[in-house]
Amino acid sequence: MRVVVVRFPGSNCDQDCHRAVELAGGRARYVWHRDRDLGDPDAVILPGGFSYGDYLRAGAIARFSPAMEDVVRFARNGGPVLGICNGFQIACEAGLLPGALIRNRTLRFHSFDQHLRVESADTMWTSAYESGRVLSMPVAHGEGNYEADPRTLERLEGEGRVVFRYVDLRGQASEESNPNGSARSIAGIVNEGGNVMGLMPHPDRAMETVLGSVDGQGIFQSLATHVSPVDTR
Amino acid sequence: MSDTEPASIAAGNSAPGGRGATAGHVPRAQPRLGDPEITPELISEHGLTSEEFGRIVGALGRTPTFTELGVFSAMWSEHCGYKNSRPLLRQLPTRAPWVIQGPGENAGVIDAGDGWAIAFKIESHNHPSAVEPYQGAATGVGGILRDIFTMGARPIATLDSLRFGDLDDPRARYLFAGVVRGIGDYGNCVGIPNLGGEVHFERAYDGNPLVNAMAIGLMRTDRLIRGEARGVGNTLMAVGARTGRDGIHGATFASEELSEETEAKRPQVQVGDPFTEKLLLEASLELIESGAITGIQDMGAAGLTSSAAEMAGRAGNGVEIDVARMPTRELGMTPYEILLSESQERMLVVAQRGQEDDVRRILEKWELEAAVVGQVTGDGMFRVLEADTVVADIPAGPLTRGCPTYEREGIEDPEIAGLRARSLSEFSRGPGGDLSRHLLRLVDSPNVASKRWVVRQYDTTVRAHSVVRPGGDAGVVRIPGTLRGIAATTDCNGRYCYLHPRRGAAIAVAEAARNLACVGAAPTAVTNNLNFGNPLNPAIYYQMREAVLGMAEACRVFETPVTGGNVSLYNETEGVAVYPTPVIGMVGLVDNVERVCRHAFAQAGDQILLLGTNRDELGGSEYLSVFHELVAGEPPRLDLMAERSLQQAILAMIADGLLSSAHDCAEGGLACALVEASAGDGAMPLGIEVELADPIAPVALLFGESQGRAIISCGPEQVEPVRVVAARHGVPCSEIGEVGKPGGRFRIRAGTSGVDLPVRDLTDAFFRAISTRMDGPAEVATA
Repeated sequence: MRVVVVRFPGSNCDQDCHRAVELAGGRARYVWHRDRDLGDPDAVILPGGFSYGDYLRAGAIARFSPAMEDVVRFARNGGPVLGICNGFQIACEAGLLPGALIRNRTLRFHSFDQHLRVESADTMWTSAYESGRVLSMPVAHGEGNYEADPRTLERLEGEGRVVFRYVDLRGQASEESNPNGSARSIAGIVNEGGNVMGLMPHPDRAMETVLGSVDGQGIFQSLATHVSPVDTR
Repeated sequence: MSDTEPASIAAGNSAPGGRGATAGHVPRAQPRLGDPEITPELISEHGLTSEEFGRIVGALGRTPTFTELGVFSAMWSEHCGYKNSRPLLRQLPTRAPWVIQGPGENAGVIDAGDGWAIAFKIESHNHPSAVEPYQGAATGVGGILRDIFTMGARPIATLDSLRFGDLDDPRARYLFAGVVRGIGDYGNCVGIPNLGGEVHFERAYDGNPLVNAMAIGLMRTDRLIRGEARGVGNTLMAVGARTGRDGIHGATFASEELSEETEAKRPQVQVGDPFTEKLLLEASLELIESGAITGIQDMGAAGLTSSAAEMAGRAGNGVEIDVARMPTRELGMTPYEILLSESQERMLVVAQRGQEDDVRRILEKWELEAAVVGQVTGDGMFRVLEADTVVADIPAGPLTRGCPTYEREGIEDPEIAGLRARSLSEFSRGPGGDLSRHLLRLVDSPNVASKRWVVRQYDTTVRAHSVVRPGGDAGVVRIPGTLRGIAATTDCNGRYCYLHPRRGAAIAVAEAARNLACVGAAPTAVTNNLNFGNPLNPAIYYQMREAVLGMAEACRVFETPVTGGNVSLYNETEGVAVYPTPVIGMVGLVDNVERVCRHAFAQAGDQILLLGTNRDELGGSEYLSVFHELVAGEPPRLDLMAERSLQQAILAMIADGLLSSAHDCAEGGLACALVEASAGDGAMPLGIEVELADPIAPVALLFGESQGRAIISCGPEQVEPVRVVAARHGVPCSEIGEVGKPGGRFRIRAGTSGVDLPVRDLTDAFFRAISTRMDGPAEVATA
C-alpha cells in the first residue's frame, strides 16, 4: 500500500497519518500542496489541521492548490481518497463529497474520545469491521457539524453511504451522544463511488494501545486489503 | 540597593571596515525631527528613575536620543531586566549533569538520553490577558512556542497554569472564557497537544488573572541552536510577519500595576496569528536544519530591540540594524516604533554571510518574508540606522547587562502573620455535620472540580503521542519512535504561599515532583513563573525572597535544577496584590510509556492503600475557604526528605508493575482525592469502601491537606509486595479500603461519622461544577 499524504501549510496531522499508514504496513509519502508530483499512489490522505489557517472557512482555500487539482482528478478516476477532520472539510469544499461542515453546535472547539458506530462494513474503508460495531476514537474540531439538504441526507442514508455515526457507549445515537450537532449524527460518509471517504473523528490517533485506542486500525487495514488483496510483501 | 553587575562594554574587536567604536569613541546618534525633548517627565513615563537615567548618560557619555531612551526603557524594564528579581534568582540551583542549557537563553534544555534533548519553559501573559483575555492568552501561547522552536526543538506539548477571580463574578467568567478560548484556538491551530496544567479561582485574582503558559519541545542534541549573534560580518534578517504598531512598550506595560487606566492600554496587547506561527515554526526548524543560520531569536517582549541586543550581548558582539529595511505593515513608522513594536510571529535570524538566499528560499517555501536588516559587528555597539542616519548608538554590554538590580527590604505583613497564627481547632473539632453533604459541596468547588470544561476546548491528542492526557496527576507524551516519555505538570497553591511563602513555594515543588512520581516519571528539572505584586512594597519583597528560598531548598533536595522561567511583578489592581504565586513547571522522564500509572481506580476488588501520614491540618485548606470563607492557619507541614522517600517508593512500585493507580492528595484533602480516583475520566465511576482509623477529628481527617501523601491501589496479591517496597523506603503504608463496582456506593467511614453516597452523585457534581457556572445547567454532556 503506497499512500500519499498531502501537506498543506497548516496541516498538523500529516505526521500522524504518515505513521498510521506505516503502522498498517503501508508506505507513506508526503506531497507538498504546491507541487504536482502525486505520482501513482494506491491512495491519498488529506490530513487534519488548519490547511490555510481557515480564517475564511475550514478547507475553503485548500481546494485551489495545485496538489488538490491532482487529487480531484485521482478521485474522479476512482482512486481512494481519505479525508480526516480538516481533510473531510477540504473534500467537501472540493466537491468530492456532498454537504458541508459548519461550526459545532456549542460554537466551541471540542476534543475528547467519542464513540462511533460502523453503519456499513460494505465499503473499501470499513471491510475490516463488522456493521454495528461501536468504536472509540478522538475527535478534535471546531467545525465538525455535518449539514446537507434533506434530499442529500435521504440519498446518503438510502445508498448506505453514511459510514460512521456518533453514538454513546451502548451504540445508541441521541442528542447527548452527538458531539457537534451533525445532521442525523453523521460522523463519516463516502461518495457515490465509495472511493472517497470523509470523517471528522481521528482514526490516525487510534492506532496504538498505549495511546488509548486501536479502533482506527480497521480503516487502514481495510484500505490495505482493498489495494492489494493478496499482500505479497 | 546594590550594583551587582558592573556595566562593561564587551571587548571591542573592531571588524575590518566596520564603523567600529574605538577606545575613547563617544557613540553618536542623531535626534530625529519631531522627537520629544528628554525631560524628567518623559524619563519617568518610560519607567526609569533619575538614578537609572544617570547611568544611561554615563554609559553613553551623553544624553540619549528619544529612540535610545525607548530602547533603554524596554531593556531595563522589569520584564527584560529582572531588576528586582535577579539577585534573588541567584539562590536557585541551576546546574546538574543533565542540564544542557540553564537560565539566560530562550528556553532551558536538558538531556533526555539517546541523543534526545528537551527544551522547556514557562512564561506569563498576565497583564495582556487582564485587558484582552482572548488575544492576551493566545499570544502568550505563541510566545512560549517560539521560545521553544528557536532553540531548535519541535514543540510537542503545552501546559497552562491559570488563576482567576471567583466564578460568581461575571468579569471573572468573561476573563476565564476568553483566556481558555484564546489558548485553545492558538494551540489547536498550530497543532500542539495540551498536556494539562492547573486552574484556580480565588478572590485574590479578581482584577488580575494569572495566565502562565508552558511549552515543551524535543530535539536531537546536535540540533541545539542559541540566540547568539555570532560571526562578525554575518547578516541579520527579519523573518515572518511584518512589523506594525501593535504592542509598543508591552514590556514596560507588563512592569507596572493594573488600574482603571489599564483599559486604555488595550492597543498595547498584540494580536496573534497562529497560522503564521505554524509556518514560522516549520520554516525555523528547516532553517536550523539547513545550517544557513548561526542564531535565531523571537522578537518577543521589546521586539527587535531585545532580540538584537540580547543576541549581540550573548555573543559579545555588536549589531548594526537599518530600520528602513524592516518590512512594516504601515507607512511612516518611526525608528522608535519599529524598535519597540511587539508585533507577533516575527524572528530575528543571523544568517551565514553568503547564505542569505538559502534563508529566503526556505522562507518562500512557507510563504513568509525574509529581509536583510543589518549585520553582526565586532565593535560591541548596538547601532541603529534609519537609512544613512545613526539614530541609536549604544554599547551592547551596558544595555543588556548594565540594568541596575535591587535587593530590597522585605518585611512580613503583620496581618498575614496574624492569619497564620490563628487557631483552627474550633473548625476541625466541630461536630462535622453531614460529611456526605460537605463532600458534595467541596467537589462542586471549581478549585476541586474537574477541569474538563477547560481541557475539552484544547486538542490533547494531536501528533498522536499523548499517553496520559490532562486530568491526571501529570501529562505524559511519548518521544516519537521510542518507548520513552516526557511527563510534565504545573503546580502552586497560592493560599499556602500567602500564609507562608517559603513553605508554600517548597510545597509547590514537592507537589509537582509527587505528581510526576505518580505517573511513573523521575522528576528531572524545573521552569518557574514567579507571579508577585509590586516589589517596592517590603511585604511583597518579603514574599518574593521567602518563596525563592523555599523553592531553592526543595529543588536541591529533589535534584531538580531550575533551567529558566519568567518573573511577573506588579500583579496588583488598585494597590491590592495577587497571592504570591510561584508556579512550578516540572518535567520528568518515563523509561517505558507502556508502564505509566494513572490516577483513576482500575477495577472492583483492588485494594486501596494510603502512603504517608494523615495529620490534623486544616490550615490554608479548600475546606476552610468554602465553608468558612477563611484563608488562615499554618499551611500543611512539609518534610522534604519524607517527600523524597515517598516519590522514590512510588516510582519503585510502578517500575515493578505493582500498582493499578497512584494519585497525589492535594486540594480538598483525602476525601476529594478519593473522589477523583473514583471518577476517572467520567466514563465509569467506581464505588469505594474505605475505613479510616486515625485519631483525628473527621473534618480534618477527610478534608485536611497534609503533604507527603498518595493514594494507591493494587490487586490483593500485590498488597504484600507494595508493603515491602514502602517499608524499604521508610514510607508509612496503610490499607484503607477496597475499590467497588461501577456506579456503586462511595463510602468512607471515619470513626462514628463518614460519607455514604452513590458515586455518581459525587462525580456528577465533580464534572458539572464548572460547566454549570459557565453555561448553565443545560450544557449537553457527552460521556
